[in-house]
Amino acid sequence: PVHRALAFPAWGLLFLALWMLPRVLGMEENPEHNNHGNEGFQIVTFKWDHVQDPYIIALWILVASLAKIVFHLSHKVTSVVPESALLIVLGLILGGIVWAADHIASFTLTPTLFFFYLLPPIVLDAGYFMPNRLFFGNLGTILLYAVIGTVWNAATTGLSLYGVYLSGIMGELRIGLLDFLLFGSLIAAVDPVAVLAVFEEVHVNEVLFIIVFGESLLNDAVTVVLYNVFDSFVSLGADKVTGVDCVKGIVSFFVVSMGGTLIGVIFAFLLSLVTRFTKHVRIIEPGFVFIISYLSYLTSEMLSLSAILAITFCGMCCQKYVKANISEQSATTVRYTMKMLASGAETIIFMFLGISAVDPYIWTWNTAFILLTLVFISVYRVIGVVLQTWLLNKYRMVQLEIIDQVVMSYGGLRGAVAYALVVLLDENKVKEKNLFVSTTIIVVFFTVIFQGLTIKPLVQWLKVKKSEHREPKLNEKLHGRAFDHILSAIEDISGQIGHNYLRDKWSNFDRKVLSKLLMRRSAQKSRDRILNVFHELNLKDAISYVAEGERRGSLAFIRSPSTDNIVNVDFSTPRPSTVEASVSYLLRENVSTVCLDMQALEQRRRSIRDTEDTVTHHTLQQYLYKPRQEYKHLYSRHELTSNEDEKQDKEIFHRTMRKRLESFKSTKLGINQTKKTAKLYKRERGQKRRNSSIPNGKIPMESPTHDFAFKEKELEFSDPEETNEYEVEPMSGGIEFLASVTQDTATDSTTGKKSKGESANPKQDPPAGLKEELGGPGPKAPQEKRTLLNMHAHLRSAAARRVQSRRSFHRPKPLRYPKLQKLASLPQSCHILPHSLEQEETQL
Amino acid sequence: MGSSQSMSEEVRELVGKTGFSSDQIEQLHRRFKQLSGNQPTIRKENFNNIPDLELNPIRSKIIRAFFDNRNLRKAPSGLADEINFEDFLTIMSYFRPIETNVGEEQLEHCRKEKLRFLFHMYDSDSDGRITLEEYRNVVEELLSGNPHIEKESARSIADGAMMEAASVCVGQMQPDQVYEGITFDDFLKIWQGIDIETKMHVRFLNMETIALCH
Repeated sequence: PVHRALAFPAWGLLFLALWMLPRVLGMEENPEHNNHGNEGFQIVTFKWDHVQDPYIIALWILVASLAKIVFHLSHKVTSVVPESALLIVLGLILGGIVWAADHIASFTLTPTLFFFYLLPPIVLDAGYFMPNRLFFGNLGTILLYAVIGTVWNAATTGLSLYGVYLSGIMGELRIGLLDFLLFGSLIAAVDPVAVLAVFEEVHVNEVLFIIVFGESLLNDAVTVVLYNVFDSFVSLGADKVTGVDCVKGIVSFFVVSMGGTLIGVIFAFLLSLVTRFTKHVRIIEPGFVFIISYLSYLTSEMLSLSAILAITFCGMCCQKYVKANISEQSATTVRYTMKMLASGAETIIFMFLGISAVDPYIWTWNTAFILLTLVFISVYRVIGVVLQTWLLNKYRMVQLEIIDQVVMSYGGLRGAVAYALVVLLDENKVKEKNLFVSTTIIVVFFTVIFQGLTIKPLVQWLKVKKSEHREPKLNEKLHGRAFDHILSAIEDISGQIGHNYLRDKWSNFDRKVLSKLLMRRSAQKSRDRILNVFHELNLKDAISYVAEGERRGSLAFIRSPSTDNIVNVDFSTPRPSTVEASVSYLLRENVSTVCLDMQALEQRRRSIRDTEDTVTHHTLQQYLYKPRQEYKHLYSRHELTSNEDEKQDKEIFHRTMRKRLESFKSTKLGINQTKKTAKLYKRERGQKRRNSSIPNGKIPMESPTHDFAFKEKELEFSDPEETNEYEVEPMSGGIEFLASVTQDTATDSTTGKKSKGESANPKQDPPAGLKEELGGPGPKAPQEKRTLLNMHAHLRSAAARRVQSRRSFHRPKPLRYPKLQKLASLPQSCHILPHSLEQEETQL
Repeated sequence: MGSSQSMSEEVRELVGKTGFSSDQIEQLHRRFKQLSGNQPTIRKENFNNIPDLELNPIRSKIIRAFFDNRNLRKAPSGLADEINFEDFLTIMSYFRPIETNVGEEQLEHCRKEKLRFLFHMYDSDSDGRITLEEYRNVVEELLSGNPHIEKESARSIADGAMMEAASVCVGQMQPDQVYEGITFDDFLKIWQGIDIETKMHVRFLNMETIALCH
């Protein structure tokens, strides 16, 4: 029975070593199945038939996926051999095993399976992640290669083979010119799946990649038309083909390609429109992307238009709007699902290609035909590329060098599309179908395995410009934007209608009409690319900081010199009036990221208690001395050597903290401190503080406005303060840091209460003179401190929000620094804090 | 279109100076007359007649560049009141594509010329530095096309870019070191690795292959 044949590969694959086992199983399951109806009710039944098909499919997918894991166990192998080649070989082996077991060609890659289920995800993935600008920038080149190149390949290969056939080398074949042309048309097309699979591992420069890849996508229309035309010509018979049919064929090319594109654009429009209204059904949001794109594929298939073009353009056109409309999580889901489907489909395709080849019934060997096909497709590809490039280089700005041409010719891989098309042929009409099939398999294997293997060394040997992964740079984006405008302006002024002109017009149209129609209002706002890069960089920074902290299990990481490079430039805006605006802006803009950050911080908070003391110390120290430099320059970079730190320390904490300082010295040595460090600490503090000021210890997710209100209060509060309070306020805040570090719930009123950190430190009798000096501000401190506690907490958390992006530039500084500056200018003795002295006294 | 036979001495001279082909020059001359209203010179107001330019967020900067003495290679600073056809061509020639078969040195020269034009656009006070203020100014204008972006965010983007520039150009700075602005050398550094020659060009009609790059 059929199901047994199908069962074998699946079992055989899973138990490769025990490949005989499934046979036994297969034998056993049948009788059981047959007579289970006689025994009345059964508690457990074995119903293989019931689940057979989906089960086998699932097993196949599992095997293919496991194979991928196995391949990547050895880094050496995958760096040399492309995965596609490995999968084909695996398929061959598996097919061989199955054949040996049962002598039945098991699962083959059927055209239905390929065209309806395996190809769409790959092409959709390609379209959805297509670098649109690059693609449209090279559209002319791509189209030329895709259309003319493919026709050229098909015609020359078909005709040359026919010519050789006439000379008699191939022996007797039951085929005519049209069959050769049909074969030529299906073997001519460069295959998107194979190209993607190989080129993704090669990393050639983006222009080269987009040309080869774009060609492989867009030539689908040509292939489909040529295939259909010649297929119908063959069934008509050579003598009945008229000139009218040829004209029809050419017309059909335009209809098929334009129609496919149009379908794609229409569905992209629909999809974008739908995603605009999915706000309340976030969960199924990603589904729309797949379903509607798939519908575009099926629709154009239904109308016999180019399905690949349809789904490609659907993906390309919708990407901008969809990405803007759907939530961040949905976007991630779409991204991963799409990659997963595409990569899974690709894996299955190549494995099945291998398996399909193991079937002696399809093999018809004709050495001359097969070898010549290989030679012709390679040679004509080269000739075609050289001729077209020569033509293109007359018009192209970025010339395609000889090296590029070599890679382009060599990258003309054939793949599963050709195979599926050749299997689709009707054996009754095309008498030598089997020969075509075997030749196609050989060609596909040759190009994917041999060329795939050698293209990497070739690219290295030729020193092809590789693609470089670049971090997004703000400057680059800004200049790029300026550039676009300048160029279009120059075109306007000089009265030319060029590429830039068209792009400019399009982007205006897009901004004015399409975006308004297809994007959510909230999305329209944040869709500016520059803002995106800005946001991205900020997010990346924040995440990397948190991640780094979690990795090391403490905040101490911030002291690592590696982070200095990025963070320590400081902008102080000498305009306090702008502060409000900037704060509110940032609060509104970045709430989501802040929340993310807060959670991470909250988690981390628990793990860092031990290092808190050190950390706090740093914070305090930086908090105190930094402002001095702050006011000197408009734009400066703070790079502090550890020596200077120590000096600062001593200046500030000279007497009372001498002992404590000693204990920290070892940890601080060789450490660079940065602005960011301080800021982050402060954020941490802010968190902590809020925590401590709320009785049950929960961290409330405050609304930004709430926070903002506190900020304003703080402003009012600090302004009328007189000199006497200046020294107290920041300092008591500072000491409060220390106190809160080691106490889970800070009891603010207990000034005399010792914190663990302090008691742990060796105490020293403070100089008597100091004690006296501090007598004055001492009593005053407790009440004030309580107020300040909250103030500081909120000031800091607001600061944290601002600082969570390194590019938000510490705007509030002008607010704080006046106080701090005064502090710095006070006599040394005033810097000593009342509580700390008190505490030390009590201990003694 | 004029042919090379009927090329006047004047045009020939311009070909030598700007590197445009005579056809292109003729084309541009027609455009120049159209813009100037058949006058020998163009003033700033003439540019207002170009409807497509209105949507350009940085049009004032671009128009200004046309009158910038530095770009016209006339004086180290200041603005010209009006420009004649030759000046017009000089400006346009900044946007000529670079020939591929020129030597390494010349390529570098072309690159620098193009970048200098850009630099001058940013550096509006001709002091050889793009200061933070100037940068902010440009960025604000650039983003003015998007009504949703507030001035404040434009400013912080400029700040971010400036910071990035500082880290690229100076690397680690000393605590009291001040980054005053992007000099031309820094500007070159920022652009390193971006092949401006393939980006900064406009396809002029009737483009013949031009051997010389200024």
